[in-house]
Amino acid sequence: MAEHTHDAEGYWKATIGLIRNVLIVWFVCSYGLGILLAPALNSIQLGGYPLGFWFAQQGSMYIFIALIFIYAKVIGNIDKKYDVHED
Amino acid sequence: MGLQALTYLVVGLTFAIYIGIAIWARAGSTSEFYAAGGSVHPVLNGMATGADWMSAASFISMAGLIAAFGYGGCLFLMGWTGGYVLLAMLLAPYLRKFGKFTVPSFFSTRYYSKGAGTVGVVCLLIASLTYIIGQMTGVGVAFSRFLGVSNATGIFIGMGIVFMYAVFGGMKGITYTQVAQYCVLILAYTVPAIFISLNLTGNPLPQLGLGSDLVGTDVSLLSKLDQISMDLGFAEYTTNFRGSMLNTFVYTFSLMIGTAGLPHVIMRFFTVPTVKDARSSAGWALVFIAILYTTAPAVAAMAKMNLLTTVNPAIMQGGDITAADAQIVYEERPDWMKRWEVTGLLKFTDKNGDGRIQYYNDKSKDPKFAAAGWAGNELNVNRDIMVLANPEIALLPNWVIALVAAGGLAAALSTAAGLLLAISSAISHDLIKEKLMPDISEKGELMAGKISMACSILVAGYLGLNPPDFAAGTVAIAFGLAASSIFPALMMGIFSKTMNKQGAIAGMLAGIGVTMLYVFAHKGIFFIKGTEFLGVFGGKPSFFFGIEPNAFGAIGALVNFAVAFGVKNMTPAVPEDIAKMVEDVRIPKGSKAVDGAH
Repeated sequence: MAEHTHDAEGYWKATIGLIRNVLIVWFVCSYGLGILLAPALNSIQLGGYPLGFWFAQQGSMYIFIALIFIYAKVIGNIDKKYDVHED
Repeated sequence: MGLQALTYLVVGLTFAIYIGIAIWARAGSTSEFYAAGGSVHPVLNGMATGADWMSAASFISMAGLIAAFGYGGCLFLMGWTGGYVLLAMLLAPYLRKFGKFTVPSFFSTRYYSKGAGTVGVVCLLIASLTYIIGQMTGVGVAFSRFLGVSNATGIFIGMGIVFMYAVFGGMKGITYTQVAQYCVLILAYTVPAIFISLNLTGNPLPQLGLGSDLVGTDVSLLSKLDQISMDLGFAEYTTNFRGSMLNTFVYTFSLMIGTAGLPHVIMRFFTVPTVKDARSSAGWALVFIAILYTTAPAVAAMAKMNLLTTVNPAIMQGGDITAADAQIVYEERPDWMKRWEVTGLLKFTDKNGDGRIQYYNDKSKDPKFAAAGWAGNELNVNRDIMVLANPEIALLPNWVIALVAAGGLAAALSTAAGLLLAISSAISHDLIKEKLMPDISEKGELMAGKISMACSILVAGYLGLNPPDFAAGTVAIAFGLAASSIFPALMMGIFSKTMNKQGAIAGMLAGIGVTMLYVFAHKGIFFIKGTEFLGVFGGKPSFFFGIEPNAFGAIGALVNFAVAFGVKNMTPAVPEDIAKMVEDVRIPKGSKAVDGAH
C-alpha cells in the first residue's frame, strides 16, 4: 500500500498541536471562567446573569459546540495537507 | 378532555410512532442488530445520539437537582456536554478507524490479550448496570405519575415495557426510533420552558429569560431568586458551590471523562461511514443535546421560583413570609400536589399542627423561623419530580402536561434501551462468543443477548426500588465508574504506542477498584442498603478532601493512569506489530486498521 509515503510523524505532530490548542480553550472556558474564577466574575453582570454563573450554566456549552466544529474543520485541512484524508 | 385522558392519548400516539418505526426497520442479521450496517447520516446520528444520551437523568432529574444545587448544578451541565469535545477529538475518529464494533474488542486487539477484553467487559457491565439503576429510578417517577400509581408499581410496569422495547428493536430500529424520540423529548422539554419564561419574564427564549428582569419590574429573575432562597434559609442561588470549589471541579471532570468512556455512546460512532463523519457526528450530537442543556438551567430556576411562590405567596411581594397566614393551607393545596401525593414522591407532614405548609430550609440558623412557630420543613418534594411537575406548578394547559409526560417516558425508555443493547452485546458477543463459546450460532448469540437484557432489567429494577441517589446522582456514579476504568485505557491505547497489556489491565483494575471502594463505602456494597462501611474510614462522609462519592471517578482515573504507567515500566515492552497498528489508527486514510469482520 502507498500509505507509508506520507509524513506520518509531521501529521501526528500537527494533530497533537491542534488538540492541545482546543483543550486549552476548553479548559479555560469551563474550569477557568466557569468554576475557578466564577466567584470573581460574578461581580460583572451580563444582562441579568452574573458572568461567572453564565459561563458555568450557559456560555461554556456554546463554546464546546463551536470547538468541535472548529476542530473538525481544521483537522480536515491538516488531513488534506498531509494527504492522509479518506478517499 | 380531562388531563388523564389527554395524557394517555399523547403518550399512546408517540408510542405508536416509535413502535411503527421499529417494526419498519426491524433488524435482520447480528451485525445489523448492533451497528446498523455503518450507514447513518451524521445529522441523524447526532439526533439519535442525543436521544440515547439524554436519559431520565437529563430529562427528568437534572433540572430538579440544579434547582436544589443552584450554581453548583453547573457540574451536570458542563460535565455532560464538555465530554463531547474530548470524545470528538480524542476517541471517536480513532475508534472508527480501528474498525471494531465494541469497546472490549478494541481492548482485546490493542492490548493483544483476551484478558484485557474481559476486564473491559466487566468494567463496562458495572458502569452500565449502575447507569440503568438510575434510569429505572426515572422510569419509576415517570410511570407512577403517568398512571397515577405508587412509585414501586411504576418501576415494575416500566421494567416490562423497557424489556419489550429493547428486545424488538436492535440498533437500526433504535437509531430511527431515537430520531423520533429526540423530536418528542425536545419539544416536551422546551415548550413548557417557553411558556414559563414568557409568563415570568416576557422573553420566549428560556436561555435569555433566565437573564432577564421579571415581568413588570426592574429586578432580574436571578437576583429575585437569590433573595427569596435566602429568605427561606436556603443558600444564595447563583453562587452556591456543590460542596466546595474543589468538589465542583472534580465532579465536573469526572462526568466529562465518563462521557468519553461510556460504551453506549462510543458505540454510536461506529455507525458512521467515515472518520470525517465520526468527528462531525459528535458536534451534531452536542448541538442537539445543548438545546436541552441550555434550557435546563432556566427550567430549574423558574420551577424553583414557581414552587416557592405557590407554597408561600408572600415571598414575591416581599411581605412577611413567616406571618401566620402567609403560607398556603394544606386543604386548599393545588391539584398537582394531590396528583403527586399518590406517587409517594411528594409528602406533607404538618409538624406544627397549623394546617399550613411551611416549606423552608430547617437547618437554617435564622431565629425567625422558630419565633414564628415553624417546627421543621413540612413539604418533602422529591427532586426527581421537578421537571415533570413543572408545567403543573406553573398551571400550564393540559396538553403541555401530557406532552411532558410523553417526553419523560421517551427519555427514560430510549436510554435504557441503548444501554441494554451495550450490555447484551458485551455479554453475548465479547464474553460468550469471543471467549467462552467461539462456535455459538448467530441465533444462539442473539438469544444470549436477550437473556442478558432481561437479567439486567431485573437487577436494575430491584436496585431502582431503593436507589443510591436521585436519578441523575446514580447516573453520575455510573459515569465515575466509566471514567475511572474505560476512558484511561482507551486514551492510552491511542495516544501511547508503548502502553502494554500489563499496564492497561492493572490500570483499569486499580482505577475502578478504588472508585468502587469509595462509592460502596458511602452507598453500600453494590448499592444494597445497610452494607455501607464508612466506619472503616473513620465514619465521615466524603472523607477524601471533601470529594463526594459521585465525583470520585476523576480520582479513580488518575490512579488508573499512574498505575498503568508504573506497571508498564516494569513489564515487557509492547510487540512491534501493535505499535505499528497504533500508528496506522492515527491516520484517517486507508482501510480499517484492523479487519472488522464480525
